[in-house]
Amino acid sequence: MKFNNIKLFTLALLVGLSAYNCNNDDDAINNDAQLDFSGTYSQEDQMGRPAINTVFVDSGMKDAFNTTLPSNQGAAFQSSFEAKLLALNPGYTTNALGLDATTFTTVLATDVLTVTLDGTTTFFDGTNVLTGRALADDVISTELLLIFGGPSGADNPGLTDDNVDSNDKQFLSSFPYLASPF
Amino acid sequence: MKKTKFLIATAILGIATFVAIAADHIDAPAVAGGTSDITDIFAFQGANTSNIALVANVQGLIAPGTATQNAAFDENVLIEFNIDTNADASADLVIQAIPRDGKMYFFGPTASTSNGLNSSIDTNASIQGSVDITPYGQSAVVASSGGLQYFAGPRDDPFFFDFTAYGEIIAGNATSFNNPGTDTFAGTNVMSVVVEVPKAMIGGSGDVNVWVTTKRK
Repeated sequence: MKFNNIKLFTLALLVGLSAYNCNNDDDAINNDAQLDFSGTYSQEDQMGRPAINTVFVDSGMKDAFNTTLPSNQGAAFQSSFEAKLLALNPGYTTNALGLDATTFTTVLATDVLTVTLDGTTTFFDGTNVLTGRALADDVISTELLLIFGGPSGADNPGLTDDNVDSNDKQFLSSFPYLASPF
Repeated sequence: MKKTKFLIATAILGIATFVAIAADHIDAPAVAGGTSDITDIFAFQGANTSNIALVANVQGLIAPGTATQNAAFDENVLIEFNIDTNADASADLVIQAIPRDGKMYFFGPTASTSNGLNSSIDTNASIQGSVDITPYGQSAVVASSGGLQYFAGPRDDPFFFDFTAYGEIIAGNATSFNNPGTDTFAGTNVMSVVVEVPKAMIGGSGDVNVWVTTKRK
C-alpha cells in the first residue's frame, strides 16, 4: 500500500512536471523529453549569393559545389567559374565594379553573402553594392549587369535586364516581411 | 500505353531541365525537388534597425492549393544560418532550425562547433526559441524571446526572374530578354524560415558573411 502511494505520488509529480514543460516549451526545450534532437546531420545544399550554383557551376559539379565548405570553394571552383563567365560573355573585359574576369570569379566562387551591420543592406540599390540582400532587390538584373554589361554597364543592353523588376506580391513592412502564400 | 509513358517521361525530363536555373531552386541533382532544396536566402536590416532579418526558403515552386496545404518541413532536415564574423568564410556562429511536431525549434546564434559538413544540434545553446509552424491559409504566427523573432511556414516565393527568357537565351533561341518580362515564379510558394536577430549577437558592427546550409539526418 505504501509502495503504491509512492508510485502514485511519483506519477502525479511526473504529470505535473510534464504539464509544466508543455506550458513552457519555448524556454525549456531541453527538458521536453518527448523531443529528440540527437544525431548527425550531413550537408546536402548550401547557398550564399543568388543563382551562383545554377549559373556558374558545370552540370556535373553542382552537388559537389553544395558540399564544399565556402572556405574551400575558391580553390576548387574559381577557374571553372572564369571559364563559364567567358563562355557566357566572350567579350568580357571588366564590369561595373571594375573587376576583371579572374577577380570577379574569385569573389563569386566563395559563395557567401556579405552583410553590413552598419546601415543599408542591399544587393545593389544604385549606391550601395553587396551589403546584404533585401527582399525587393532585383538581384538577377544586378548579376546580369555585372556579367554582360561591361565596364560602363552599357554593353549588351538586351542581356543586362530581364525586365522583371519586382515581386508579384507586396512584401510586409514588419516581421516576417515575406508575403502570405498564394 | 508505352508511348504515353514515354511522352510523360519526356515531358517531366523537359520540365526538369527547363527549371534547372533559378536563384537556387532545383540547383543540383541530389537536392532538386526535395525537402532540403534551398531556394533562396536573404539577409537585411530589420524594421528595428538594431536587428538583422535572416530568411531561408526551401522547397520551391509549390503550387497554391493542395500542394501548399500538403507541404511540410522535413523533421530530418536541419536548416542552418551560418555567420562568419572575421572574413575567412568559415562559420563562427550558427543559428540552427529544426521542426518537431508542428513547431520550428531554434538554437543560437551560438558558436559553431562543427564548422564542417556534418552537424549535431546544439541543444546546450544559451539562446533558444520556438514558434508554431503557421498553417496554410492562416495569419502568420510569430514568436519572440530574448530579442529574437521567429517565423516558419509557407509564404509566397519572393524571388522574381524571367527565367523562361533566360533559358531561351542560353539555348541560343533568343538574343535578348523580352520587355516587359514575365516572372516565372509568380504565383508559387516556398517554405520559409525567418529569424530576426539583434546585430549585437552576431558581431555588432562591420561586415559579416552569411550562408544557409541544409543537412539531413
